[in-house]
Amino acid sequence: MQRVDLFPTHEFEGLKLRAGRPYPFGATVIGNAVNFSIYSRYATACTLVLFHNHEHEPFVEIPFYKEFRIGNVFSMMVFDLDYENIEYGFRMDGPFNPQEGHRFDKTKILMDPYAKLIVGRDVWGTPPDWNCPYQYRSRVVFDDFDWENDQPLETPVNDLVIYEMHVRNFTCGAAAGVEHPGTFAGIAEKIPYLKELGVNCVELMPIHEFDEFENSKPSPVDGHMLYNVWGYSNVGFFAPKAAYASTGRFGMQVDELKNLIKQLHANGIEIILDVVFNHTAEGNENGPYISYRGIDNKTYYMLTPDGYYFNFSGCGNTLNCNNPNVRDMIVESLRYWVTDYHIDGFRFDLAAILGRDQNGCPMSNPPLLESLAHDPILGKTKLIAEAWDAGGLYQVGSFPSWGRWAEWNGKYRDAIRRFLKGDEHVLQDVKERLVGSPDLYASQNRGIKASVNFITAHDGFTLMDLVSYNGKHNEANGEDNRDGENNNNSWNCGWEGECDDPGINFLRHQQIKNAISLLMVSQGIPMVLSGDEMGNTQFGNNNAYCQDNEIGWLDWNNLEKNADLYRFFRQIIRFRRQHKVLRYEYHLGYCDFRNLGYPDISWHGVKAWEPASGYNNLTLAFMLNGRYAETDGQPDDFIYVAMNMHWEMHGFELPQLPEGMQWHVFANTGMASPNDICEPGRECLAENQHEILVGGRSMMIMVGKAPAPVVEATVPEKDSSEKETLEKETPAKEAPAKESKKK
Amino acid sequence: MNTEVYKVGAVLDSSTSKTEQQNILALLDQGKNVILDLTECTYVSSAGLRVMLYAYKVAASSKLQVLLVGVSDEVRDVMKITGFAQFFKYFDTVEDCK
Repeated sequence: MQRVDLFPTHEFEGLKLRAGRPYPFGATVIGNAVNFSIYSRYATACTLVLFHNHEHEPFVEIPFYKEFRIGNVFSMMVFDLDYENIEYGFRMDGPFNPQEGHRFDKTKILMDPYAKLIVGRDVWGTPPDWNCPYQYRSRVVFDDFDWENDQPLETPVNDLVIYEMHVRNFTCGAAAGVEHPGTFAGIAEKIPYLKELGVNCVELMPIHEFDEFENSKPSPVDGHMLYNVWGYSNVGFFAPKAAYASTGRFGMQVDELKNLIKQLHANGIEIILDVVFNHTAEGNENGPYISYRGIDNKTYYMLTPDGYYFNFSGCGNTLNCNNPNVRDMIVESLRYWVTDYHIDGFRFDLAAILGRDQNGCPMSNPPLLESLAHDPILGKTKLIAEAWDAGGLYQVGSFPSWGRWAEWNGKYRDAIRRFLKGDEHVLQDVKERLVGSPDLYASQNRGIKASVNFITAHDGFTLMDLVSYNGKHNEANGEDNRDGENNNNSWNCGWEGECDDPGINFLRHQQIKNAISLLMVSQGIPMVLSGDEMGNTQFGNNNAYCQDNEIGWLDWNNLEKNADLYRFFRQIIRFRRQHKVLRYEYHLGYCDFRNLGYPDISWHGVKAWEPASGYNNLTLAFMLNGRYAETDGQPDDFIYVAMNMHWEMHGFELPQLPEGMQWHVFANTGMASPNDICEPGRECLAENQHEILVGGRSMMIMVGKAPAPVVEATVPEKDSSEKETLEKETPAKEAPAKESKKK
Repeated sequence: MNTEVYKVGAVLDSSTSKTEQQNILALLDQGKNVILDLTECTYVSSAGLRVMLYAYKVAASSKLQVLLVGVSDEVRDVMKITGFAQFFKYFDTVEDCK
């Protein structure tokens, strides 16, 4: 039966029309019509502009009749469009009065802010025709992907091991060995690798449509082209980056991305998107008209009293996130990515901006953040904030959360980096960071699950560079090394940059193993930077946002060159995933509150039960009681972690285990591979049950459990130095029978 | 096996998809398995991919089959990347289907 409200009522140049439906905004296929709807509070008139694909000139411009507008929404149905072969945009008429915040210009053709498919930058690096009057072009999407039984995975957040990656950098390197380098399809080809590594969540740096040619220029250093590679500059909030799809040239990026997500889910891997709702690619008053500025400048942007753009993003403008209509757009965007793409979570870039009011002032209960925390569609979606902005607002530990928001824990990064390089005055801070930062997240019922722990991320050094460079080396970015973070808390281990000194290189690998060990035994959600598992270097560049070349691309040859690192990462990640006692959701009690014989966590030093607290102390140990972390009624093992960030070797007295249990060695970062780590569950019985010797700048991870009836020789024969570590006889103190509180 | 070969034109996109879909569905409606011969088809668009998948869904709901013949490497690659490939069986020639 045909609906009477799908019958044309108007005609314009042979096209049949009728008044459209205001909701939803954007272009929606309804029967044999496409419904176009767009909101503008201050526009006086609007025209729908239709192009045949890739044509410079439109084939028709249809005015929205007076009866096609309700309130501030223009909506119109156009019948019988061959919508696979058309692109559309809008012209908006209205006042041009920058002091009042209005910048309407009806000579501009504007992209739909709700466009779900955007074309114009379809193949990466293909120079655009700048003479074309319409650069970023809206298109109607085919949204009927066959998901079969797929849904977001809803993996408990405390079970995640996040892998932060860039779509292009991940597989562009020549040695990546994929058929479709630099694309969503390329990631799909690497799913077996991700599974082998053991991560269960990938976090993609921005994949919303952006323009790699924004501010692109030849490097003044050597002439190579600098691009906007990272994409922290949205053109649209609903469309995937076309050039990240090998099928982008056919306009099939939506299907290609959905297929990647479906395959990731089928392999137990979640996907989190890094989303940038703090600004757009339109820049300040000197920037281009792409969409928002010409559709409703005063609605979409935070403006100064005299009509200029607030710049809390550091990128020229600031999205007016707490304007009710912009807020709706953000919520709609996120809902769309969850319902239509089955996205598992979001990481919000410079999220502190989302808590500023329309005048730029921080709010105590920002309505946008509250809406997202309570949204029904996003009810089980991970929400992670980068809880600071470029305007100086720093909210790590205080981001308004309603018990829903997690944060990138920048304080974790800073404390662990300082500990790694042997700084003083850091031990108390490190103790907080290792147990899920209760000083930051114990309030508001946020729990350990609020802390996304990381040591490296896309901003800053890679892990290999963190141990290879004292200072940044960003000359290739063409800004005289002024860009990028200056305070890196890095240490080059004795030589600036790559070197062939075996001792320095061994120490660097050791430090990397220390870092990943600390990350994986910390309570909280660990996040690994893509490539760190193979010792990827950016040659000291700590801000490679513009480097579409070997600086930014992962060099997959490193997988063989640094095979010891890759092996170590695999085993330590597996270890974490096998031990629930490392993955608490809420903070620990620091006492034996269930009367299980030992506290849930206890602190130790070189003497058992006696953690040192001197300002210059660099030795620390903790023990987790596996009886507090049962799986199906089975208690986990005891885990003891000895950290010696002093440059000298120290003996660590081991706490005595419950009767029937013995200490086993899982990892010793001071040993050469393959004696540095073993397969989880096949740890070697320690010959000395009372004390271990931990080498300078080393860590040992011990597992307390009943010895296996038959000891299998799965770990290669220990060399003499490890025997020395294990053989030193010292009587261990007995644990108090009922430890009420030990720190 | 009650099977009919349906030859797809040079391009399967929105300009041809409506007609092609009607013809394919008519064969399925007659209770026939369909061999889609794409030997001469060099381009399948988003709309075209959906014609094939919809035919597969209709066939599967009636316990019929849609088999693909002569799919070019490029089209096959696009189908694989976009998630449409897994539903079909592929053959080089019509004779191979038998």
